[in-house]
Amino acid sequence: MRVKYVLNEVLVGLWRNVTMTIAMIITMSVSLTMLGASVLLYMQVDLMKEAYYGNIQVSIFLNDGITDGEKQAIDQAITNSSLVADKAFETKEDALKRFQTLWADSPDFVNAINAESLPESYRVRLKNPENYESFAKEIEKLPGIKQIIDQSDILEEVFDIFNSIQLASLIVAGFMAVAALLLVGNTIQVAAYSKRREVAVMKLVGASNWFIQAPFVLEAVVAGLIGAILGFVALFISKIVLLDGKLQALATILTPIPNGNVVLMLPLLAGVGALVSAVTAWVTLRFYLKV
Amino acid sequence: MIQLENVTKTYPKASRPSLDNVSVGIEKGEFVFFIGPSGSGKSTIIKLLLHEVSPTRGKVVVNAKDVTTLRSWKVPHFRRSIGCVFQDFRLLPNRTAYENVAFALEVIGKTKAVARRVVPEVLELVGLGGKEHRYPHELSGGEQQRVAVARAFVNRPLILLADEPTGNLDPDTSIEIMRLLDRINRTGTTVVMVTHDSNIVNQMRRRVIEIESGRIVRDQARGVYG
Repeated sequence: MRVKYVLNEVLVGLWRNVTMTIAMIITMSVSLTMLGASVLLYMQVDLMKEAYYGNIQVSIFLNDGITDGEKQAIDQAITNSSLVADKAFETKEDALKRFQTLWADSPDFVNAINAESLPESYRVRLKNPENYESFAKEIEKLPGIKQIIDQSDILEEVFDIFNSIQLASLIVAGFMAVAALLLVGNTIQVAAYSKRREVAVMKLVGASNWFIQAPFVLEAVVAGLIGAILGFVALFISKIVLLDGKLQALATILTPIPNGNVVLMLPLLAGVGALVSAVTAWVTLRFYLKV
Repeated sequence: MIQLENVTKTYPKASRPSLDNVSVGIEKGEFVFFIGPSGSGKSTIIKLLLHEVSPTRGKVVVNAKDVTTLRSWKVPHFRRSIGCVFQDFRLLPNRTAYENVAFALEVIGKTKAVARRVVPEVLELVGLGGKEHRYPHELSGGEQQRVAVARAFVNRPLILLADEPTGNLDPDTSIEIMRLLDRINRTGTTVVMVTHDSNIVNQMRRRVIEIESGRIVRDQARGVYG
């Protein structure tokens, strides 16, 4: 009986104030979509780091006039370094081949370059790519080195971009969340006002506080859950339409987002949506119901 | 049953206390009138007994429970032992007489089966047999107050508080409501009634406690309005 009573009150409450309910659900779902996107991006950056760091190399470009002795010293230093996983030597011819495949689309440019104008280099893979700094210190003083380039520097820039996108979507999610909270609070106030007679009688005859508050809180929770489901659907559709469809090229750089991760957003969004709505409703009631 | 010990209640922003060092005891099964002019502090007593307000000083004991130290989460349960009737009836307009009384049972966790058994009984007791399915606007003022009394009494409370229950009723109807309260009193329920209806007080010849400016100026068994 009581469960049925409470559920009925919730549905009637949501319907009585249906425009407000819709506004509440929409802001809630936009906010949660942004939150979901931001969390997905965060997980994605981790995945990408794993995928890319394994292939990162440090390139040590050598001077054109390097002597055999200097080269040997450098080779020795790299081999002896405890930080190095493996190394490869790239001759001027290797460099040209790599250059040709890299710029295969612009043959004029490739034809203008010959092997002599490209430097020799060592390609070194570190055991832990984050130790680049200490590795560079070990060898940078050796004569004959023109430049040391760490690919992870370039990756970091890419990740920085992702991080700022993630931050931006978190900020938008935050603002939308504030709007959603105010709407939840307002909806609950209106609901409490329209049921003030019932509430007064319930208090008078000694209905327990949770029994008085439950329909209002559940009303907010149901709206929050609907918002979360809509937010999840929006997230899933945009993943399919954008990343698997129109922007597939981007997806190859991004490394594919596993569907499992996207599905994981449903419980997250539902949990956050329900919890935040419930707390807001409860706090509002403490001010406006004075149970 | 009810014990006020040196109770003072000063509302915030008020220049003088609504109740000033009031002590009074009411036994189980008594019928007590609180009388006095408007603003004398009569209604504050009802609010104190219901724990709607707390005393500034002093102790309020109801049903052997010290209301002053009652935890707020225990208040709902405490109120189930007290029935309450007001001048403005406080019925739910979109519910029938039956539903209004049943509502009071359902929100404290009684099943529909209990309501089906108890509600017709209590409506019969207050003289509304046959009008169970009327809405408040289809009932006269006296009948609406009967519904309110039925709702207050359906839980078989130990105490019935009545805050000017006849204030909105004509003299004949008022007397009918008083007969009803008297009958409830005879079942052993303590009745505390706040009123300034002198006719009723004079007819009933019950204990009268007169309050003026927050002080008890008269406490008389079988008293009159004076």
